[in-house]
Amino acid sequence: MSTRTVLHEADIARALTRISHEILESNKGPENLVILGIPTRGVTLAERIGSLVSEFGRESVPVGSLDVTMYRDDLHRNPTRAPQPTQIPPGGIDGKVVVLVDDVLFSGRSIRAALDALQDIGRPAIVRLATLIDRGHRELPIRPDFVGKNLPSARDERVYVRLAEVDGEEHVSIEGR
Amino acid sequence: MRHLLDTKTLSRDAALRILDVAEDMADTQQREVKKLPTLRGKTVVNLFFEDSTRTRISFEAAAKRLSADVINFSAKGSSVSKGESLQDTAQTLQAMGADAVVMRHGASGAPRTLATSGWITAGVVNAGDGTHEHPTQALLDAFTIRKRRFGADSRGRDLSGLAVTIVGDILHSRVARSNVWLLHTLGASVTLVAPPTLVPQDVSAWPVRVLYDLDAAVAEAPDALMMLRIQLERMNAAYFPTEREYSRRWGLDATRLAGLAADSIVMHPGPMNRGLEISADAADSSRSTVLDQVANGVSVRMAVLYLLLAGERDDDGRAA
Repeated sequence: MSTRTVLHEADIARALTRISHEILESNKGPENLVILGIPTRGVTLAERIGSLVSEFGRESVPVGSLDVTMYRDDLHRNPTRAPQPTQIPPGGIDGKVVVLVDDVLFSGRSIRAALDALQDIGRPAIVRLATLIDRGHRELPIRPDFVGKNLPSARDERVYVRLAEVDGEEHVSIEGR
Repeated sequence: MRHLLDTKTLSRDAALRILDVAEDMADTQQREVKKLPTLRGKTVVNLFFEDSTRTRISFEAAAKRLSADVINFSAKGSSVSKGESLQDTAQTLQAMGADAVVMRHGASGAPRTLATSGWITAGVVNAGDGTHEHPTQALLDAFTIRKRRFGADSRGRDLSGLAVTIVGDILHSRVARSNVWLLHTLGASVTLVAPPTLVPQDVSAWPVRVLYDLDAAVAEAPDALMMLRIQLERMNAAYFPTEREYSRRWGLDATRLAGLAADSIVMHPGPMNRGLEISADAADSSRSTVLDQVANGVSVRMAVLYLLLAGERDDDGRAA
């Protein structure tokens, strides 16, 4: 088994900076934005992107978390997962431009679950998707709007995102067969 | 989790897991859309051999909020009143494809019999069996105490250092038994207060202290005072001279209410006998958590059904 690091700390920082600029560019400013991370590491990334967007846009952008556990379609295939907290910023999401943030985009099923979860919370004007890694192998018609890095991978390879706040180290690596 | 039969054998970690998942379930119950798709396609059978309204509708609400299908089976006016055995009833439910059975029975241990019989593959939740246990009630009581004490900071915490006093008919109460074990596991210290006739003969193996004087117990300023219902239907053996005397010595009246510490809470599992074990002043005061307990009951039961049903199952349909 071989492990290869594909993003180092500085690469992750650059990718998040670029994503933050792209979010502001596509939204023509920070107005109406709400950034929601998908637990666990999506929340950390959302917080970082949120502070960058607030800094670049010179306006505080609300950040929250959106747990999708109870909306997954594969619950009965895995050991029971503990749900994580969902925290929606006080302004809610109705009529807002919601940017979902996840660490790795793979089958697209988490994002489908996230869209269902969002629907139960409110009605955003627009939903966009930002992901640090897009590794392909989509099983649903879902595509990201903002990508940190496209990482071609084999289906049975594993991609690990490690972030300082969660893991105490910071890198993205891929583990082969 | 495969079954939930009692709190005596529930570990601290398992109990905290249920309480923490219940926090997430409670959050979803604040939303406009309260229904989650999580248990779509699962069937929950409420198998009630004893009358119950509150527990049954609480379980029913919990299952429906998680999108499970609910079948209510009450023994009155059913095949059981025609003499069907528990085994035949269970096998009928199995044939109908029940994924979980929520069972209330007058005989202590009936849910365990069902769970270990091999008649069904469904998970079994004890919703009260005889004078044995009523685990979800104890879990919702612990959840309520934790929530009142720690608020938004509740996740992951146990009840160490808290003092809980349970007052009333301990002898017949499965709620008291489940609470004694669970509260002890979570680190709280438990005091029982009752007339000597309503304390079980030997409680030396229980992790509790027994008092007979409610005023002395109130003076100790417990964090939670849990009043149990006097089960009038079981009072045929004259455990106390009159209801008035019980009310005067062991009821929570306005004077005793005023003697509690400022942040003590008053709990009652319902249904209340107002004027007997609890006065209207106490029941309607801001210390009373009676309605919180009802709301929290749905969240806790959602958590139990989620942990029982959402996970992986092997080929026999058993939860891993």
